[in-house]
Amino acid sequence: MAVLTEEQTMLRDAAKGWASESAPVGALRKLRDSKSKQTFDPAAWAEMGQMGWAGVIVPETYDGSAFGYLGLGLILEETGRTLAASPLLSTAMIAASALQLGGSDAQKQAWLSKIATGEAVATLAVDEGAHHAPARTALSATQSGAGYVLNGTKTLVLDGEAADLLIVAARTSGAPGDTNGVTLFLVAGDAAGVTRSHLSLIDSRGAAKIAFDGVEVGADAVLGEVDKGWAVLEPTLDRAYAGLAAEMLGSASAAFDITLDYLKTRTQFGQVIGTFQALQHRAAKWFTDLETTRSCVEAALEALDAGADSRALASLAKAKASELVHLASNEMVQMHGGIGMTDAHDAGLYMKRARVTEALFGGASFHRDRYARLMGF
Amino acid sequence: MADFGGTDLDAFRADTRAWLEANYPKSLNAPMGEDEAPWGGRKMVWKNPDAKLWLDRMAERGWTAPMWPKEYGGGGLSKAQNKVLEQELRRLKARPALMSFGVWMLGPVLLEYATEEQKQRFLPAIVRGETRWCQGYSEPGAGSDLASLQTKCEDKGDHYLINGQKVWTSYADQADWIFCLVRTDTSKKHEGISFVLFDMTSPGVEARPIKLISGSSPFCETFFDNVKVAKEQLVGKLNGGWDIAKRLLQYERQNISASGFGGGGGLSLVEAAKKELGVDGEGRIADGDFRARLAAHSMDAHAFMLTVRRAEAESKQGSGPSAAVSIIKYAAAKMNQERTELLVEALGLQGLGWEGDGFSADELAAPRAMLRAKGNSIEGGTSEVNLNVVAKRVLGLLDHQ
Repeated sequence: MAVLTEEQTMLRDAAKGWASESAPVGALRKLRDSKSKQTFDPAAWAEMGQMGWAGVIVPETYDGSAFGYLGLGLILEETGRTLAASPLLSTAMIAASALQLGGSDAQKQAWLSKIATGEAVATLAVDEGAHHAPARTALSATQSGAGYVLNGTKTLVLDGEAADLLIVAARTSGAPGDTNGVTLFLVAGDAAGVTRSHLSLIDSRGAAKIAFDGVEVGADAVLGEVDKGWAVLEPTLDRAYAGLAAEMLGSASAAFDITLDYLKTRTQFGQVIGTFQALQHRAAKWFTDLETTRSCVEAALEALDAGADSRALASLAKAKASELVHLASNEMVQMHGGIGMTDAHDAGLYMKRARVTEALFGGASFHRDRYARLMGF
Repeated sequence: MADFGGTDLDAFRADTRAWLEANYPKSLNAPMGEDEAPWGGRKMVWKNPDAKLWLDRMAERGWTAPMWPKEYGGGGLSKAQNKVLEQELRRLKARPALMSFGVWMLGPVLLEYATEEQKQRFLPAIVRGETRWCQGYSEPGAGSDLASLQTKCEDKGDHYLINGQKVWTSYADQADWIFCLVRTDTSKKHEGISFVLFDMTSPGVEARPIKLISGSSPFCETFFDNVKVAKEQLVGKLNGGWDIAKRLLQYERQNISASGFGGGGGLSLVEAAKKELGVDGEGRIADGDFRARLAAHSMDAHAFMLTVRRAEAESKQGSGPSAAVSIIKYAAAKMNQERTELLVEALGLQGLGWEGDGFSADELAAPRAMLRAKGNSIEGGTSEVNLNVVAKRVLGLLDHQ
């Protein structure tokens, strides 16, 4: 754990308490079993809004607490521990970041306070294919009169069905693969021509596929500059990577704690299984990965707070977190034995969530490649 | 971390910078050869007399052991001041004034366990680099199971008599004195071990270097044949040496880890890979598989470095080595082995030379560093032992019943 201020410690403890009491793993199971198409529980999100968590990185002028990325990361880690379903990542981390990084005064006025208080759900619509590839944006935005017309499809949009605001990456020039020619647009979730379909995912959270069919927006919908959207999109994605990595760190830590408890109680051959060296060494290696990943996540969040170049650190955090949740969820099932394979046990929920978060916003391969490029090889 | 006045620390930094700039010999700016490592001691041959001058100047201020109390020759610096000193030394790219098992390992336990006379006798000489120490721990039958050691130490009334053999004694052939674990009670395992200090020139001591697969001989077999040791050279209680031994091992692992194992010549992994494997149109290493493995390794190394830094930031002032040290030793060994393997692989045929023409000095250093690194997961506690320590002490898993 980073060296935290008193306020950060209080925030983390509050998040820990709330997540374990009000949004335990059982709540996600309930959401799943209700067959709801909601990706989160609105009542829980309303409570998070009241506690000010949606406005942690938002300046005080827009009703936020300007408490920083490490602060929000601490909450994401705690909600990640219990797999709490909420739009904290999509709205409070990603959309709030994009608006602050690229928004005009009017755009901030219109949206930041609503986000900070939990009134509005907002999300980033970026990926179009099976793999995270922001530069390959193909969804077109063509000029029409004073505004633009959007045509194309986005997939795996987090909380896309519930979102009041979609921040859409579109191509205004160049070809898919170019970082130049990408432009970000603010589009109302219920705008004419927007069709949102539910994607039922293994982790019970779901996401939306969104078709844009001749969606008309005004010139004031452009976030940042035309063709220069990458300058906002890339740092926004860095915040997505770091924030998601914090959440994943929480999930992996919880999977570890649950498994460690099991190792200390389950007996076989007349022994507590945690006394077997084969399992002790695996637990110790897992713990080592937890510790080194924690260092990366915290370093990325701290770099964001310091305003330093955080690109390599964000990819480092997401790659390490992806490897960690992969290991953690596999080891959780294996060390639990048969019980870990049953639907009644939580191990499966951690496994499924791990696979979704691994792929979301780029898997380990994507981030290794990006890291290598940033390091000059 | 604001437990010091910022202004005082700023003044300390200014003074330190000025003193270092005035006193660091310019001739030491050249890269330090392996035969120039400033281990000190009676056998040290100073290739460059300025290196000795640098040692003497630093020792005079106690800055070869900056945080030890001044009454034993140390610098008496606070943790914050020591950090400033380290930063300023790095800024100058200064060579170490002294490399010393005495400073890294023995000194901290003497400060904790020794009598006042012992501290006065041994610590200042360590600070000044006059006494080079070696560590008499492992034996042929006591490696990972260190407490099985058999080297016998008998009470002969006015002195102790030592008989037995140690192995893997680092630089025993170069050392002046040894800190040695001996068996003073054969009826108990852990509670029958004592911690004694003696001169390596004592009659009956013999050290024979062991040649390693890397071609170097940093370790020795060390034999004791009726070695007489004065009773006042026992540290701590008779049969109470195991606690001291464990404490010292913590310092040893911390030190091994902090060193990051280094070595392997001056070649950059990335540059070597680009040169020998070629680059694609975008300047990326052309061999995609190697590039991916290099990226994975670079990220692990980065994560490791951030973890060392985090552990430092979190460890509270004066609370000794943290539990994380065992994780760090395990991870550091793994990192160094991966790094040296990747370098040899990147160099291809140029990374397979043993000596002579056809290879640069850096190229020749690469395979030797790789071979030497195999010992990283063995020395100072094997990786398996370190994982045991994490499982038991950190995770609270129990021994097999």
